[in-house]
Amino acid sequence: MGSVVERTRKPVVHGWFTQTTGSAAEGFRLLGTKCGGCGAVFFPREDAFCRNPGCAGGDLTEVPLSPRGRVWSYTDGRYRPPAPYVSDPEAPWEPYTLVAVELEAERMVVLGQAAPGIGAADLAVGMEMEVVPGVLNEDAGTTWTTWHFRPVGVDA
Amino acid sequence: MSGDVVVLGAGMHPWGKWGRSFVEYGRAAAAAALADAGLDWRDVQSVVGADTVRGGYPGYVAGATFARALGWQGARVTSVYAACASGAQAISTARAQILAGLAEVVLVVGADAAPKGFFAPAGGDRPDDPDWLRFRVLGATNPAYFGLYARRRMALHGDTPEDFARVKVKNSAAGALNPYARYRTAVSAQEVAASPLVADPLRLLDICATSDGGAALVLAGADFARARGITDPVRIRAVSTVTPTYPRTLLDLPDIATDSAAGLLPEGARDSFRSSIARAAYEEAGIGPEDLSLAEVYDLSTALELQWYEDLGLCGPGEGAELVREGATALGGRIPVNTSGGLASFGEAVPAQAIAQVCELTWQLRGTAGDRQVAGARVGITANQGLFGHGSAVVAVR
Ligand SMILES: [Zn+2]
Repeated sequence: MGSVVERTRKPVVHGWFTQTTGSAAEGFRLLGTKCGGCGAVFFPREDAFCRNPGCAGGDLTEVPLSPRGRVWSYTDGRYRPPAPYVSDPEAPWEPYTLVAVELEAERMVVLGQAAPGIGAADLAVGMEMEVVPGVLNEDAGTTWTTWHFRPVGVDA
Repeated sequence: MSGDVVVLGAGMHPWGKWGRSFVEYGRAAAAAALADAGLDWRDVQSVVGADTVRGGYPGYVAGATFARALGWQGARVTSVYAACASGAQAISTARAQILAGLAEVVLVVGADAAPKGFFAPAGGDRPDDPDWLRFRVLGATNPAYFGLYARRRMALHGDTPEDFARVKVKNSAAGALNPYARYRTAVSAQEVAASPLVADPLRLLDICATSDGGAALVLAGADFARARGITDPVRIRAVSTVTPTYPRTLLDLPDIATDSAAGLLPEGARDSFRSSIARAAYEEAGIGPEDLSLAEVYDLSTALELQWYEDLGLCGPGEGAELVREGATALGGRIPVNTSGGLASFGEAVPAQAIAQVCELTWQLRGTAGDRQVAGARVGITANQGLFGHGSAVVAVR
């Protein structure tokens, strides 16, 4: 035995973030779209239409979002969420932390899980955060990747 | 708006976990509302059902289901779905039919049989559905959003968990007096503080449960009421069913992000959706918050009730906690809120809830609310907000 399970890395949703496995400094970013008509930025990405009612329309192109922002608010999940959230029903539930981060340039609040090990007690409204790659869950053949937020200056 | 619509009858099936079909609860509520109105079901010319997503498949066709359960009699039928705002849309539809002269008497019914635990999205692999995505990608339950709002209030306004508990204590005291409430025991601040954390900083007793229940109204035109010798009925003066305006800058269920405000809103501008729901109702009714005798608001969490105080204009931004601290929103206070006991005492039966709010206004304005009665109640408002961008507020007067 002792064989290492080889899993394929796949994003939990295609096109929402770059495939870089490194930090924000190494190019990891959330990906949105930007309207060529009015400049509106959308996350999750809108690829079919611009949602600004004052916009006559324009091409929507992919755009990386600001890697940093400030905590708008945060909470945690003390109880196992229902499907389609994936968790091992045999394992004791480990609470996770959710952070809403206000991105500076976009003036947009984006929700994400905090990086593992960061609890609600480690956070404060207004704290500077950056987006980092993370793993949502793993199954037989796949490592499902996602984005996490962590306080700036804290190593994973 | 020319001509008010009159509430001839209000009826409910008690909230609880009864383990039966929503059809039974809705039928019982409808029968109670018809009896209250002194009308036979066969006098009803139109039935509007607020849809449940339980009982088989999404958007269960409630109007016809209730009409069948009451006995087919040929009435015009409508079914509406707007999540938590479904009941207000049903009332709005009935009112529009009456004001347009399409029907004189309309029955509005909503009922639900709720599952245990967290609300969850419909099954399957549906990555194009934001409600599915927030669970799959983030595990963001409804209480998670309530936790975010509560923490934000603490940081911005200095609210404390003790303030949130005060809302539960207040609402449970009112609910103890309401025979239709599911929870009829007064809850202490100590009990709230001792209940387990669900979504920091909110505890189990800060968050509303999900319940079975049914509520119904019989609405009619003013001429119809007059012809029956009803001289001073409760009247529906406004129904607000507005959508948000772009850009939405307050993170809302089930979204993963807000719209971008860059270049569109002045720095520091507040999101106005919830307050715009109330504003539309006030404008349509020609009243303001100073005219209110009472309000029924959607206290999905204790902290959210404080937010509604501000959005309804009962106090200034950030002053909600002060209102509950000074007892202004309790029975006997300056502006009682959730005299029914609110969701804290009922638990949410989604399609019935906005209708139940209007039942409470009706009884209060008639002066028949028993031990919960607000002395001399003349004007009431309900407020609620449905998933995906559905505003809901009703103003009733007498
Ligand atoms: Zn545009």
